[in-house]
Amino acid sequence: MSSPILKLVAQRVALGILLLLAVSVLIFAGTQILPGDVAQAILGQSATPESLANLREQLGLNDPAYIRYFRWLGGVLTGDLGTAMSSGQDIATSIKGRLWNTLFLAFWAAIVAVPLAIILGLIAVRYRNGWVDKLISGLALASTSFPEFFIGYVLVYFFAVKWQIFPGISTVYDGMPFGERMQAIALPAAALTLVVLAHMMRMTRAAILNVMQSAYVETAELKGLSAFNVIRKHAFPNAIAPIINVVMLNLAYLIVGVVVVEVIFVYPGMGQYLVDHVTKRDVPVVQAVGLIFAAVYISLNIIADIAAIVANPRLRHPK
Amino acid sequence: MADTKAKSGLLLDIRNLRIEATVFPPGEPPKNIVLVHDVSLTLEKGKVLGLIGESGAGKSTIGLSSMGYGRGGVRITGGEVILNGRDILKGGKDGFRKLRGREVCYVAQSAAAAFNPAHRLMDQVVEATLLHGTATRAEAEKRAVALFKKLSLPNPETIGERFPHQVSGGQLQRVMTAMALCSEPDLIVFDEPTTALDVTTQIDVLAAIKDAIRDTHVAALYITHDLAVVAQVSDEIMVLRHGRLVEWGGTRQIIKEPRQEYTNALVSVHEIEHQEQKPGTSPFLSVKNVTAAYGRSDIKVLKNVSVDIYPGQTLAVVGESGSGKSTLARAITGLLPPEQGTVTFDGRPLANRLADRPKEDLRQLQMIYQMADVAMNPRQTVGTIIGRPLEFYFGIRGRERDRRVAELLDKIEMGKGFSDRYPAELSGGQKQRVCIARSLAAKPKLIICDEVTSALDPLVANGILKLLLELQKEENVAYLFITHDLATVKSIADSIAVMYRGEVVRYGPKSQVLSPPFDAYTDLLLSSVPEMEIGWLEKAIKGRRMASAGN
Repeated sequence: MSSPILKLVAQRVALGILLLLAVSVLIFAGTQILPGDVAQAILGQSATPESLANLREQLGLNDPAYIRYFRWLGGVLTGDLGTAMSSGQDIATSIKGRLWNTLFLAFWAAIVAVPLAIILGLIAVRYRNGWVDKLISGLALASTSFPEFFIGYVLVYFFAVKWQIFPGISTVYDGMPFGERMQAIALPAAALTLVVLAHMMRMTRAAILNVMQSAYVETAELKGLSAFNVIRKHAFPNAIAPIINVVMLNLAYLIVGVVVVEVIFVYPGMGQYLVDHVTKRDVPVVQAVGLIFAAVYISLNIIADIAAIVANPRLRHPK
Repeated sequence: MADTKAKSGLLLDIRNLRIEATVFPPGEPPKNIVLVHDVSLTLEKGKVLGLIGESGAGKSTIGLSSMGYGRGGVRITGGEVILNGRDILKGGKDGFRKLRGREVCYVAQSAAAAFNPAHRLMDQVVEATLLHGTATRAEAEKRAVALFKKLSLPNPETIGERFPHQVSGGQLQRVMTAMALCSEPDLIVFDEPTTALDVTTQIDVLAAIKDAIRDTHVAALYITHDLAVVAQVSDEIMVLRHGRLVEWGGTRQIIKEPRQEYTNALVSVHEIEHQEQKPGTSPFLSVKNVTAAYGRSDIKVLKNVSVDIYPGQTLAVVGESGSGKSTLARAITGLLPPEQGTVTFDGRPLANRLADRPKEDLRQLQMIYQMADVAMNPRQTVGTIIGRPLEFYFGIRGRERDRRVAELLDKIEMGKGFSDRYPAELSGGQKQRVCIARSLAAKPKLIICDEVTSALDPLVANGILKLLLELQKEENVAYLFITHDLATVKSIADSIAVMYRGEVVRYGPKSQVLSPPFDAYTDLLLSSVPEMEIGWLEKAIKGRRMASAGN
């Protein structure tokens, strides 16, 4: 009975893998188009033509592009992301800690933001077009409309400078106790929550309002259910698919779009790592981070697709 | 109080009910309109009152007022609704919530839409009972299974575990009736419960509802636009029009001796005399051995179908939903290229695919649809809509086009003034007339009419049928008339094809198809059409030879 679902899920996963391969080609091609190459970057302006040629030979840069692409791809698949040019360090090792930090921050921001957005959405529907709805929508839209650096600095001004509740710089290190770590990420997590809240809230509201027009909502009202139970039991389960989509988009943003917030709070995550190495024109690092971001984005969207498929009773319980 | 109630047996007493709504016409200030003008009615315990009228008569609005419910922005602004001895309008929101699903339950027109697709049927059936705490879950489920049995649903023990999409429309309608009965209410409001069903399914559902009402002694308001249907289940009938009472009386009196002219018009609605034309010497369009399927599916929606259409005549295609009637139209127009077989037009084969057909072939075959309002671009005026085929097929523009549009509007009995109106500003019947004019503008040899009167009120539908017959005489256009309504077929067809599960089971001139001996399916179809006769339902059920496919 689950065969149509399995088939759809397998299709989505296969598509995701294909898409990721296509993205890897684009990333590789993009970095190849840039003028200059790794050898030039390493040896600098004053390098002699001979030493350049030697290094190119040594790094295999004279091979055709597709061979270098497959060499790079093969490395990625076996966990070898290459070596950073600027520091000479192994990229995989330095990314590991950074990625974990980013995921940690994203996770706690999501834990607060997703339920909050959905509950606010439900409340907004319950009191639709009344002052509660307008207040929720207004505040959420305002917090989204401000640029994230502005929200970040406002938070820092009040919570770190004025009241000194949370640190303004989110330093974290290995072996840091959980409590301290949570305190360190409080402000960046709050900033991220405020940034993503409105989008999810508005989508929840719109998706449920759309369902509220249905005849089965009227049936529920005519059974004597209270307004909030009508929304929770009858409208919400049918509005899940679009809500999940928006939630996943925002989760992806929490991981791949946090560059500005990480820089403001000097948080040692992926975003800051990327920005540092873009300024140093460290191509292997940019490639690796780009690929990881793409993978996160694609897999979250696959999860959204699969969740939407599973949420559909017609697919879960075929005739 | 309880004593007087028991003595009088009065359940519902609506006095001078006034219902209003605010409408927001485009470009005008919002205004108040009165939907129901001071209507009064009474209903005794265990009795059935039929509310009948065309759309906009206020019958659903009155029915829902017994639950204190107004759809959209509808407000009850005057009068009293006395249920079980108290005025429910004074009870406020909490009062309404307590009586909904307990004292009064509702059965909607489309059970398919009224069931939540995300929950199992049983959970929805017992929901109101559990909410009001009148029974434990186990008791409620037992009661539900007993009701499923009474309503002759298949697998009554397990059907509750299914989801709405796993159950057919006719069965869902009965599950919804079970849902209404489950909380043992005093009153059920049936809002067109069989209108969306095939005739052959309607009769089963109707019989099930009637038995359930008799056995549970529940009172009912039965809302419908079909007088023949309501005559089968009601003790009394109330005729409404434009939110006012027209006539109220016993069922026999209303259908046999109507006192008002409007009631009389409703009673005699289907009687159009149409003299059958003999098939000519050669058909201009023949469908030969057409087989078609959607996608690459093995299920053939059309199996070896052959029919002929003669110039200026009407071929009616009848059958229930899923029988392949509309698919036949799609095959003829090229929207669904047949897998096998050919469609010949004027002696030459038509290209299978729409894209391969020249413009001239497209012009010759036009279509009119069931839903006139979605078949028109809401942002174009009537003039643009009707003028489009003139420009597209004949290159007629400017003043000449306007003249032809005016001519066509005249033909469909609408004035020149309509040319500047938008579809949203037209009534249902007028919209369908505009669609007819649009198809006529192409001067086609054949117009395919796909359930064109099904969404209309009987009197309006009648007007459309008369217009179509008139136009056929003037323009010598042929119709392929797709319908599930046999009464319509009688009034318009020259020949008839009866379809059942993708096959033509009976085909020939009207008089021949409609006279015995019948095959089993045609017999079922004919005997399922409600007649305005008390006791018809019982007779029809007894006389049946085969069960309908909807079950």
